[in-house]
Amino acid sequence: MLLSITNRTPDATDLGHLLHKHPARCHGVELAFGTGTVFYPVARAEECTAVLAVEVDPVGLVRSEGARNGGWALGRYVNDRPYTASSFLSVAISRILGTALNGRCPKRPELVDRPLELEAKLPVVQAPDGMLERLFAPLGYTVTSHRLPLDPAFPAWSESRYHELTLRAQIPLHLLLKHLFVLIPALDREKHYWVGREEIDKLLAKGEGWLGDHPERESIVRRYLKYQKRLAREALERLAPEPDDDEEEEAAGKEPEVERKISLHEVRLDRVAECIAACDPKSVIDLGCGEGKLVARLLRQTRIPVIRGMDISSRALEIADERLERIPAARREGRVKLFLGSLIYRDSRLTGHDVAALVEVIEHLDPDRLDSLEQVVFASAAPGRVFVTTPNREYNALFEAMKPSALRHSDHRFEWTRAEFRNWAERVAADHGYAVSYEGLGEEHPEHGPPSQMAVFTRTFR
Amino acid sequence: MTLRLPELSLVLLIGPSGSGKSTFARRLFKPTEVVSSDVCRGMVSDDENDQSVTPQAFELLHFILRQRLALARFTVVDATNLNPEDRAKLVAIAREFHVLPAALVFKIDEKTCHERNALRPDRDFGPHVVKRQFAQLRRGLRGLKREGFRNVVHFRSPEEMDAVDEVIREPLWNNRKGDSGPFDIVGDVHGCYEELRTLIGKLGYTVADHVVSHPEGRRLVFVGDLVDRGPDSPDVLRLAMASVKAGTAICVPGNHDAKFLRWLNGKKVQPTHGLAETIAQLEADPVDRDELRGFLDGLVSHYVFDHGKLVVAHAGLKESMQGRGSGKVREFCLYGETTGERDEYGLPERLDWARDYRGKALVVYGHTPFAEPRWLNNTVNIDTGCCFGGELTALRYPEQETVSEPALQTYAEAVRPLRDESAASAQAEHDRLLDLDDLLGRRQIHTSLRPAVSVREENVLAALEVMSRFAVDPRWLIHLPPTMSPCGTSSREGWLERPEEAFDYYRQQGVMQVVCEEKHMGSRAIAVVCREPSVAVTRFGLKQERRGVIYTRTGRPFFSDSSIESGLLDRLATALERAGIWDELDTGWLCLDAELMPWSVKARDLLECQYAAVGAAGGAHAAAASAAFQSALGSDHLEAEAKAMLEPLLERSLSRGTMIEHYRGAYRHYCWDVVELDDLKLAPFHFLASEGGSHVKRDHIWHMALAERLQATDPALFPATRWREVDLTDEEAAAAAIAWWEEMTSAGGEGMVVKPRDFIATGPRGLVQPAVKCRGREYLSIIYGPEYDRPENLERLRQRGLGHKRSMAEREFVLGVEALDRFTARRPLREVHECVLAVLAMESEPVDPRL
Repeated sequence: MLLSITNRTPDATDLGHLLHKHPARCHGVELAFGTGTVFYPVARAEECTAVLAVEVDPVGLVRSEGARNGGWALGRYVNDRPYTASSFLSVAISRILGTALNGRCPKRPELVDRPLELEAKLPVVQAPDGMLERLFAPLGYTVTSHRLPLDPAFPAWSESRYHELTLRAQIPLHLLLKHLFVLIPALDREKHYWVGREEIDKLLAKGEGWLGDHPERESIVRRYLKYQKRLAREALERLAPEPDDDEEEEAAGKEPEVERKISLHEVRLDRVAECIAACDPKSVIDLGCGEGKLVARLLRQTRIPVIRGMDISSRALEIADERLERIPAARREGRVKLFLGSLIYRDSRLTGHDVAALVEVIEHLDPDRLDSLEQVVFASAAPGRVFVTTPNREYNALFEAMKPSALRHSDHRFEWTRAEFRNWAERVAADHGYAVSYEGLGEEHPEHGPPSQMAVFTRTFR
Repeated sequence: MTLRLPELSLVLLIGPSGSGKSTFARRLFKPTEVVSSDVCRGMVSDDENDQSVTPQAFELLHFILRQRLALARFTVVDATNLNPEDRAKLVAIAREFHVLPAALVFKIDEKTCHERNALRPDRDFGPHVVKRQFAQLRRGLRGLKREGFRNVVHFRSPEEMDAVDEVIREPLWNNRKGDSGPFDIVGDVHGCYEELRTLIGKLGYTVADHVVSHPEGRRLVFVGDLVDRGPDSPDVLRLAMASVKAGTAICVPGNHDAKFLRWLNGKKVQPTHGLAETIAQLEADPVDRDELRGFLDGLVSHYVFDHGKLVVAHAGLKESMQGRGSGKVREFCLYGETTGERDEYGLPERLDWARDYRGKALVVYGHTPFAEPRWLNNTVNIDTGCCFGGELTALRYPEQETVSEPALQTYAEAVRPLRDESAASAQAEHDRLLDLDDLLGRRQIHTSLRPAVSVREENVLAALEVMSRFAVDPRWLIHLPPTMSPCGTSSREGWLERPEEAFDYYRQQGVMQVVCEEKHMGSRAIAVVCREPSVAVTRFGLKQERRGVIYTRTGRPFFSDSSIESGLLDRLATALERAGIWDELDTGWLCLDAELMPWSVKARDLLECQYAAVGAAGGAHAAAASAAFQSALGSDHLEAEAKAMLEPLLERSLSRGTMIEHYRGAYRHYCWDVVELDDLKLAPFHFLASEGGSHVKRDHIWHMALAERLQATDPALFPATRWREVDLTDEEAAAAAIAWWEEMTSAGGEGMVVKPRDFIATGPRGLVQPAVKCRGREYLSIIYGPEYDRPENLERLRQRGLGHKRSMAEREFVLGVEALDRFTARRPLREVHECVLAVLAMESEPVDPRL
């Protein structure tokens, strides 16, 4: 990766003093992940350019302890890390240009805070659409960027996420470096080291005086800290103290993006929990419990003695376990058990429950596997009552961000209209001896109906 | 003196302390057979005489008993056993496992006991304890038979005890494990004598004086229900009695036979369900009633034959009851298990025990009539309702073929129509849904190529997630391909992989005949294709007709667009037709292993997000860096020393640019836009299985010859796969193959796969890798990155271990072959699924993905 900084202020070669690197020389530094070199392609009184070239060792990356233990995305040989601007560049800036970054210049201290005509160029930097402008323009930069073509041989393929970026501003050098130090890792998707609490201090130190007023500060902090919500919250609090978010909001990120505005999932879960409580069951099983939000509600809000949650994802179950840990022991001990299981295999652990819930589950199965789910739930487990919810596809027309044929979540295999859902539910109920009724979930639209729909099956035989 | 006890007994030693029980047990039983309450006391408390831990000691003792009896082990309980309540608990445990309780009572005089105890310093309980024990002994032993003990032996003196010098374990009556047949097992006859004669005549039996005989010494086995409903129960009984007596037939009782016996014994029974006919027939055609009583009374509930591989019982028998004796076992054999409720016809609702059967023995039974023999989970019901106008069926054993004879007429009206499951077999119906209990936990899978392949539970769970969320219907999933190891690492400068190492590997394994096949670069695809779409229903048990399926190496549907899939399968089926392969293999379906191209059709996301992205970023970076270095080197402000430092950096940056261009060229070879079906290419290389068996016994010459025939039939869909046979003892041939590889790979080819000529090859150290790949230099830049062949990188990349990859490849190969064999042998789906799930489980083991 490469960063070049050009000074066009008269006596442009003062850049050498500020960077603490003599323009006539070439400065090589060994770094943990490769080497960094600073040199000056141009060093004239009217224009002086310093280049920081960082070479990352790709094989070393894969074989590093971090990649072996953490297994994160660095651990592959075919990797853009050596080429695109990333946290590696920030580390190189602080290691090689640390004096300038920290605003010190022992020989010419008067230069430090003097705004200079500066231009910074990054030949490869990845960024979501519009993000470069949003991050740099508020800091006073003139932003010029060109998207790099992905592969000219295949015009049908999508666009690349890389840009060539040029920033121009009249600004003290140390501020330019601080901006780059914080914003480059925020633009990039990965970080080459474990993000821990000490990152907050680094971020706040380099962000002092500008980050707190930046209109995108929340997204910068979140992205810089790689979406570690606790850290991000702590950092933002220290940056600009605000009242604490409530806990539920934290998980909103897991919802399909288009549904987020109305927090439909909360509405759905509240209603299902309410319906289950009204049945006064002896035991409930949440099939496809995911991260345990319905189970947690049932534990907190009801006295149902036996509550079970099953999911196919061990990762989701881990998160669910953590969620339940936060519920007082007296409320949960002896009542709840979570286990890993599947809805397309018969499973003796699913039998013997009064109520089963399948909240936003069926649409995650391929349509031709639904008959297995049907057998498992309605023929084999056969609880007295089954609550099934699924999105109402008709309502999608009201989501502005959605393309006409799109589904709400990338893992949805189908979404049904109200009529399709009812067709399926009627047939299932008839085949397995259930009666079925329906209810809309979320605010109902006169034409498109509710955003989500629920079928309540009640067993009629035995 | 010899003591005789049934081989499967729970023996209670009953007697006071000091009566010599333990000494007796030590002398006559294996130490592991004796479970002693004192030893259990010692185990839980370190003190064998601590009476205060009696509850805990007995908890342990009962636990041990349960484990042993579940495994059908002869077991002796060494405790005083003087308290009737304590004995009742032990009898209950024996009954739970259908084991016969026996009692050995040691009733020697009190004085001897006191003397013996006094000699033992550890027995510090006073004489009052023994006194109390003797009181219990006198009071409580009269009702032992009533308590449920079948065998009771009393010893009244030390001399009587010492006189026993041997305990003989008598086989249970049902134990005929030593008898392996061959048999012809006949379903419910119900008085259909004519049909019986015709059927056994077909099977090669002759009858003289009611005694059947077979020239090859085969014997008949009747599953019971000889009488009632049909026209001639007396003759059926005569034949059965005489033949059993003569040793040419074996018979187990049915519920009708048992009821008939109760009538014979003068018990009051309802003459319903055909009994009235039997009584009337006997009056017209009398048979000696004492002989009848003797015969029916002597029938044993069930038999275990052929080293435990075959069980015959009238209504079938669960695994936990096989070879055991109790009233419950007998009841199950006669009536099966019922829910206690009645069905729509007013008949007792029978529980389908066969649905849950997972035993190793084949269970042959009757009792519930079906329209056809009903195979399910290693059981077969051969009652095909002859008396109701169906057929009389026999099962030939060990051949496992059924032979049927239609009824001459309908002798009785069935209350419920014979169940007809011929549309979908009972097994297919059962296999519609797999049971998690059959698949979870740490598993040992027994395969024909390796005695046991173990699979770890956490890997099974990971596989289960993939299977549940992404895979095609399990009924299609009859195989998953194994991973493939690369050849050993080349030490030649500039190379990571070369054919020399592949050849060396096989030479070391003693495999000298190999086949080298061009490796296409696309995505691995397994295609199951049906000659007619109806085969999906009839053979694979799916609900709807379908031409077949194409799935990836992890079992996911290859295409999200089903019209592309069916179009491709139609073309494939047509080509198989034209090439005459359907007829030649005499099959309605075929499973083949292939490479489907272009790579971009399946890997488009990966290409866009990773491969092309790295090319784009790398190219731009290299260009910018080279320009910066060049501009610096062209300037005049730099010191000479600085320029000397920058020159190699420029050179490196320029070479990076070239490498990135090569890298982009490498992946571009495998990408093209797919607009119509003809843009897809399918290169099959293994014709894995078809009806009747897998083709893993055929060598790769056969497989490649079939591939060539397909290619000739439809060259637009099937690209040519270049291949050659190489004799590794011939240096020239090996060198020519290497040159051939160099030529293919320098023209952009991925590389080649080297396989032993035989599909399954073994060397002196066992199974040999079924294939190793040898990838080209350019291609490897897609695997190891654009700059992988810089010397300093190559040197580090050579440090790679192949051991785990090869072990995985071997285990997955073995399991994949086993899955095919089980499917073609029509094993229950869970046994096929177990293998493919295990392959998927192994894929979740951490191994370097670049190998």
